[in-house]
Amino acid sequence: MWAPRSISSTRRGRARKFTDKHEWVSVENGIGTVGISDFAQEALGDVVYCSLPEVGTKLSKHDEFGALESVKAASELYSPLSGEVTEINAALADNPGLVNKSCYQDGWLIKMTVANSAELDELMTEDAYEKYIKSIED
Amino acid sequence: MVPFAGWTLPLHYGQGHLQSHLHTRRHCSLFDVSHMLQTLVYGRDRVRFMESLVVGDIAELKPGQGTLTLLTNEKGGITDDLIVTNTSEDHLYVVSNAACADKDLAILRDRAAQLQATGSDVHVEVSDNALLALQGPSMARVLQAGLSDDLAKLSFMNSITTTVFGVPGCRVTRCGYTGEDGVEISVPAARAVELAEQLLGVPDVWLAGLAARDSLRLEAGLCLYGNDIDETVTPAEAGLMWTLGKRRRVAMDFPGAAAIMAQVKEKPRRRRVGLTSVGPAIRPHMAILGPEGRPVGTVTSGCPSPCLGKNIAMGYVETAHSRTGTKLTVEVRKKQHPAVITKMPFVPTQYYMAK
Repeated sequence: MWAPRSISSTRRGRARKFTDKHEWVSVENGIGTVGISDFAQEALGDVVYCSLPEVGTKLSKHDEFGALESVKAASELYSPLSGEVTEINAALADNPGLVNKSCYQDGWLIKMTVANSAELDELMTEDAYEKYIKSIED
Repeated sequence: MVPFAGWTLPLHYGQGHLQSHLHTRRHCSLFDVSHMLQTLVYGRDRVRFMESLVVGDIAELKPGQGTLTLLTNEKGGITDDLIVTNTSEDHLYVVSNAACADKDLAILRDRAAQLQATGSDVHVEVSDNALLALQGPSMARVLQAGLSDDLAKLSFMNSITTTVFGVPGCRVTRCGYTGEDGVEISVPAARAVELAEQLLGVPDVWLAGLAARDSLRLEAGLCLYGNDIDETVTPAEAGLMWTLGKRRRVAMDFPGAAAIMAQVKEKPRRRRVGLTSVGPAIRPHMAILGPEGRPVGTVTSGCPSPCLGKNIAMGYVETAHSRTGTKLTVEVRKKQHPAVITKMPFVPTQYYMAK
């Protein structure tokens, strides 16, 4: 019989975790959704092109998996976890600006399997990330 | 705010890069370009002085007329690109790049001292005016409201001294760095903010920063000193031979003349070209590969074009592969992407000529 998980662990599983390179990942049912933070999209400026990996690409934590281009510059993307890419956000091909407008929702970049859930513990919580941004801004 | 040539300049104001760029092409934008060097050259021998340093026919400039010209070095390389205007007053008005300010000023002062020592009458002064650029199709309508002079009579590359929105002693030159119809206004520093506020009081006018400045000039096919031209590049390689005066080519009386004219005769080994592509943007320093996959050049400027929805770039390629339409590839983050040599400007220019 299927036993529901406790509410608190489900919340923890879906909460966003952050890397020091300003990517976020949110895991649900074993799939991680990856995007960039509001701080990152603000710094990058208007995104005009997204270079994303093919479905099936195997990534290790820290691997460069693509880039986001603004008019001014390109910013590489680094994988927050190890796993395999299961989906890329097709909406970004015609509407790369979604990354700026909705970096936590419609502007997600890739979905991937989570090969090693312990890696999630190495990432920053939202609170820790907020503190981190403040420290680098000063 | 970002550092640029010893100054701290804004990349963009509120609206963001893309919107600012497009607004300039559709309406008009105000750029504070006071970081550029403005010099005034006085004296009976000012034209001879200027011609000893640059490649253009300065003597032939009519009163009020200016020209883009080049300071060259003894090897024929480009020391700076600048605009020299024969004012209808008693001086030449010179605007040159901020990044080359110290270098240019030393050259101008050294040459002036040399000429003075042999009895010539020439004197170089740095202007501490601010410089505001107003660029875009609405510029004429916006500016005319503050001018008693008829802008319809002021052609591209011509200059007048006048009162602008109540501020006297402004030099208005119909030129710019965007490809649009525009002016650069040299305004006494004490009243620069007042003039800027007057211009910004018109709803059509938005402030624009460095980011839009760069993407606009690249669409217009204009070089950025330090990227697309530098001391190691000749006017022949850079496709800037049109700056060489007809008289000057014959007289060969500018620095590096022998090297430059030899290249014109035998064709330079590499040439500056425009490139377009789709996919990830082409950026400076990326390798340009020829049909055999061998590197044949390097990118010197590049960005996604806000107007065209594709990528544009400038670079140098071996002359054999430099014809318009040639298909090459560019290495972008270790992957090769097709690019095609494209005529510049990428976006048609809108320079104004009085009837």
